[in-house]
Amino acid sequence: MSIIQVPAIQAIDLRRVYNTRSSNHRGAAAAITRKKSITALDGVSLTIERGELFGLLGRNGAGKTTLIKILTTLLAPTGGKAFVNGMDVTRNVLPIRQRIAMVSGGEQSGYGILTVREQLWMFAQFYGVPSREAHRRIDELLEAFDLSDQASQKVYALSTGMRQRINLCRALVSGPEILFLDEPTVGLDVEAARSVREYVRSWMRQNPNRTVLLTTHYMFEADELCDRVAVINRGQIVAQGAPNELKRTLEEHVRFQLELGEASGKSSGDSSRGEEGHEAAWMPAFVERLRATDGVVDVHTETRQGRTELQLSLSREDVIAPAMATLNEAGGRVLTLRRIEPTLEEAFVRLVGKAASDEYDKEAHA
Amino acid sequence: MTTTQVSPMFQQKPVEGLRLGLKTMLGRAYPRLMSVIREPDWILYEIILPLLRVIAFVLVYKALKAPTQYAGFVILGGALMAFWLNVLWMMAAQLHWERLSGNLELYLMAPASMLWILAGMAFGGMLITLLRAAVIVVVGSLIFGVTYSTVFLPGLALVFVLTLVALYGLGSMLASLYLLYNRQVWAIQEMIQEPVALITGLYFPIRALGGYAGAAASIIPLTLGMDAMRQLLFPRGWPSFLPVVWEIVILLALVVVFLVGAAKSFAYIERRAKIEGRLTLKWQ
Repeated sequence: MSIIQVPAIQAIDLRRVYNTRSSNHRGAAAAITRKKSITALDGVSLTIERGELFGLLGRNGAGKTTLIKILTTLLAPTGGKAFVNGMDVTRNVLPIRQRIAMVSGGEQSGYGILTVREQLWMFAQFYGVPSREAHRRIDELLEAFDLSDQASQKVYALSTGMRQRINLCRALVSGPEILFLDEPTVGLDVEAARSVREYVRSWMRQNPNRTVLLTTHYMFEADELCDRVAVINRGQIVAQGAPNELKRTLEEHVRFQLELGEASGKSSGDSSRGEEGHEAAWMPAFVERLRATDGVVDVHTETRQGRTELQLSLSREDVIAPAMATLNEAGGRVLTLRRIEPTLEEAFVRLVGKAASDEYDKEAHA
Repeated sequence: MTTTQVSPMFQQKPVEGLRLGLKTMLGRAYPRLMSVIREPDWILYEIILPLLRVIAFVLVYKALKAPTQYAGFVILGGALMAFWLNVLWMMAAQLHWERLSGNLELYLMAPASMLWILAGMAFGGMLITLLRAAVIVVVGSLIFGVTYSTVFLPGLALVFVLTLVALYGLGSMLASLYLLYNRQVWAIQEMIQEPVALITGLYFPIRALGGYAGAAASIIPLTLGMDAMRQLLFPRGWPSFLPVVWEIVILLALVVVFLVGAAKSFAYIERRAKIEGRLTLKWQ
């Protein structure tokens, strides 16, 4: 007898439309109220297996939070189906709630008047965790998050980073199987964000059936943490797969970056490395020969701070060998060579367009 | 043969459901109880200021040479006013504040019914307000030398419990309805706070309002609860509105109406909010 495990999360052609009213003011007195429909999710289908750390990437308003709210039973879909642990989010609300937890970025939940330990105990009670077990878990979580010294501290006195770590403890104290993390590191300093990421990873390792759905604006975070990611844009999944797959499928050419010098004894009159803004004399001919080489798509040189950098775009990886031979013949010497790997951010930008990049930059530098 | 392995379906037995509900209730009551210890300024706002109001009314009655028990009527009214304020500000408006802080989302995601959260708010509020009301009664009675009849204590206890359960049931119902009227919460609170103090007869016999107005005012559990308690504590001298037995029966009906009403209205609001997508929006 074979056993098929149901996915941790499954969305089938999920749709969500918000009906809102918008007012257009004409003149001082007159106002026209119009009904407006906004499609937040437009036929989203995805499957997240148990034990997966799955990232959902998208711009503001792309539909990430709407999807999480539907999966956490806080919002009804207007079409399609969604299942958590094989249970329908519209029908099996309480059983689903027993097995999930959610943490949002910048969350201010709980009561400032309580101590950290009391706050975590309170939330454990909402899930029926026996008090003794709750205190054991609280001790364990506080230690894991390096917060044991804050156990008796009032919540209002905690820093933003500490609060977010407490929020994560709050979510984990009930022992969920599926964790929804909605931009959990937003607004955290580097150290606090790293500690959150490290714990999420170690929490996943402790039990292979645990599942995380993470939404984030930080591409490196998704790249570092996630087994698979999906890119959502205007309510539609535009791509999904492992971060490396996503990066590679979008990579049209193989790119290399070389730092060049001159072979010893080749030339005495010219500067081998080139002065600021001036390349070595042999370089133009070399570049011309490279461009004529079969498989070389693009060549770009730049001389700065006394160094000549060469960027090569090749149709195939093995074209690097004839390119190097051409360089040798021209009398050049390679000081450093590295392959330029595409980043998830590049893949994301390619997928959702330039606007996403601008928005992401704005947020990253805010 | 292939089978599908689903997590064991959550077949919650009634006992488990009750246990989870009670734990949820105690969990939510906890911060309320802690506030008594950790925020001692409540002594000023919840005891001294209401006492000053009680004293003002007692002095008016004294100036009118009313019998001593009138001071008792006013003190009892002042004590019960504390419950009304608690129901308004810490029950009815509470879910609105909880939404702003992000707690509402977490409460809704918890596996117990939201009514247990409301019950926890009510239980915690009731306990701390009981303490406040007791201090007002004891201090006021000592200052003005008021004595009470202890002949009908079981009846008094029954009326008191029914009044509180009905009152907090009303608070739970208002709490869910307030989620519909987000930005108007303050206005609604102000609008109903003082008129209720008037129409429920906190400082005068409800009979003075006449039959129709008294009957209309009886929709607020404080009205009949207070009238019945005054009859039981001051068997001679209180101009009653209805016989105590009738008032108990009506209070019992109000308990049922408000508790069922709270459950129904919250289920309706949650359903509607999930469809409209507004329930967990913090700012709207």
